[in-house]
Amino acid sequence: MKIAFTSSGTSWTSLIDPRFGRTEFIVVYDEEKQVISAIDNSKVKNVAHGAGSATAQMVFELNPGVLITGNGPGETASNALKHHHMKIFVNAHDMTLKEAYEHYKNGELKEV
Amino acid sequence: MNEIVVLSGKGGTGKTSITASLAVLAGNDAVIADCDVDAANMHLLLHPDFGTTVEFYSGEIAVINQAQCTRCRKCEDACRFNAIVYLDKKMQVIPIDCEGCGYCEKVCPTGAISMLERKSGNLFVSNIKTGTKMVHARLDIGAENSGKLVARVKNEAKSLAVATNKSFIIIDGAPGIGCPVVSSLAGANYVVLVTEPTMSGLHDLKRICAVIAKFRIKAGCIINKWDLNEEKTTEIQQFLYDEQIKHLADIPYDSSFTNAMTEGKTIVEIQSPYQELLQRIWNDIKTQLPK
Amino acid sequence: MPFKIAIASGKGGTGKTLLATNLADYISQREDTLLVDLDVEEPNDFIFIEGTQVNRVDQVKMIPSWDEGQCTLCGLCSKICKYHAVIQLGTFIAVFNELCHSCYACSELCPANALPMQAFKMGETRTMSKGRLTFIESRLEIGEEQAVPLIRKTHTMVDERFHDIPFQIFDCPPGTSCPVAAATRHADLVILVTEPTPFGLNDLKLAVETMQDLGKPVGVVINRDGIGNSEVEDFCKREQLPVLAKIPFDREIARRYSKGELVYTEVNSVISALDQIMKFVQNHFNP
Repeated sequence: MKIAFTSSGTSWTSLIDPRFGRTEFIVVYDEEKQVISAIDNSKVKNVAHGAGSATAQMVFELNPGVLITGNGPGETASNALKHHHMKIFVNAHDMTLKEAYEHYKNGELKEV
Repeated sequence: MNEIVVLSGKGGTGKTSITASLAVLAGNDAVIADCDVDAANMHLLLHPDFGTTVEFYSGEIAVINQAQCTRCRKCEDACRFNAIVYLDKKMQVIPIDCEGCGYCEKVCPTGAISMLERKSGNLFVSNIKTGTKMVHARLDIGAENSGKLVARVKNEAKSLAVATNKSFIIIDGAPGIGCPVVSSLAGANYVVLVTEPTMSGLHDLKRICAVIAKFRIKAGCIINKWDLNEEKTTEIQQFLYDEQIKHLADIPYDSSFTNAMTEGKTIVEIQSPYQELLQRIWNDIKTQLPK
Repeated sequence: MPFKIAIASGKGGTGKTLLATNLADYISQREDTLLVDLDVEEPNDFIFIEGTQVNRVDQVKMIPSWDEGQCTLCGLCSKICKYHAVIQLGTFIAVFNELCHSCYACSELCPANALPMQAFKMGETRTMSKGRLTFIESRLEIGEEQAVPLIRKTHTMVDERFHDIPFQIFDCPPGTSCPVAAATRHADLVILVTEPTPFGLNDLKLAVETMQDLGKPVGVVINRDGIGNSEVEDFCKREQLPVLAKIPFDREIARRYSKGELVYTEVNSVISALDQIMKFVQNHFNP
């Protein structure tokens, strides 16, 4: 399964970015291939409005099974992603992607 | 890099004077952005050279090709903003009312309507007297989309700051709680609130704080002209405490602010007791910024 | 035909509300008057006018809402929307309320009627009464970003329900962009309140340009006279802009204002200014 993170950097030691729409990066970890990749969200991050909409579109196209974030997307984006059976986990504040992944695996994050 | 935005809710509290002072104190280590694009004033204190001008386009406007128009009035019926009228035997677009939604274009049976990009202002990148850069703008008369112009100003400032390795972006925000204010908040990691001890000042402060709370951004507050009403000042201090907003300082009403402004200077550039106070405020802000 | 005065300024904090509330209250001592607070983002007039509330209405914006059952997923809505407020994400149509401009295009062009418009509250309008003064305030909900639709709706309400009040004063938001254009829309006279400082002058110039572009007659009131220099007055002379009154800087005015009190009953310079304004209106407009 692919796990997506809202991230402030591009590696396992980067901190989770608590924001969704204006997250710095979306980092995707492919559990099967054990490969991590990062997508720069700066184009979206800087729009005046509609960051949530544009980031939702990007995440949708990446098609992860799980999204791990801090604050969580707004209601509209959440509904759109959950409609496609994506699981969204929140409250991964102040931790690295690695720590967030472990918390998720241990069922310690809150599912939206 | 830290993005500091200065807001007030109410206009006239001293936002711009204080922002410009912080800019002078930050000196070469900050890029400045004047995001009060409706009524920009920072340039009167920081003296930019308007080095680069860029036209700003945002939104669209409907344009009717009269030769193809059969005056069927379908566009007039569709338009929710009453921006198309039949006048002087022609279908005419009223620019100030057109919101660029394109509905008219879609319903026109002869393809007589096109949507064109619309210029709504100008963006400037300038050198300022502190040896660094300021990004500022002028919105065209009656123009819409000031939020988008604000975003553009901020983003230019950000790119410049990153490219030149500055530690801070200092942003002069707009009054109110609407679209230009929200635009200036997006991406900020600290808000400096400037208020005044009046009933209006506190009322408006509460509203802007409610907006900031939605963004979950850390904030500190300066009570300007505090001695105009000591009771109100105390009331505001209590409000800040309850909201967990850092009370940065109280600045008394002093004509030297206006005197400095009249000379085209900030309060920290003239002999005054406020140089030390503003320096302390700036140091205080810096200690509160996220690491 | 009611006579409409809009009180505006380029710069915030020059004294619009001070002037609007004191002028309205003063005139209402003699005749039926309407005061409308159109600074919908930060309405302050209510602080100074203590009236009895006679009405309150929710003001709504119309936003499309997705009817999944009807939708054929053709994606036309997503293609039409200029604001990216309606987007198709696979088998889901997402509507982002804060981006929507309520143009109705997606809703009315949807071949399956799958986007009926729904009302969402974006503000409130209250009507209050104090003697011969009718006072209307419109207030934008926190989180709503668009002032213009609420300002327009308030004008419509005033024209529908209060067209028989002969003297109408509109307190406008600061600035020179679309909210101010909307607020001053039907004004017979725009009074620009300024202060005699470089900021005041800079923003006055912008405001004058805006009003000229909108074709509005302008009069200037200089508030806090004495704090800066004479450049504003010189500018008005050069541009042949009538200076209707000058209110001197007075800590007493500032103090009363800070407490939420009207000032004209206690401060002579203010009542003089109000008289001068009314004289100008009588001479030039004879409403």
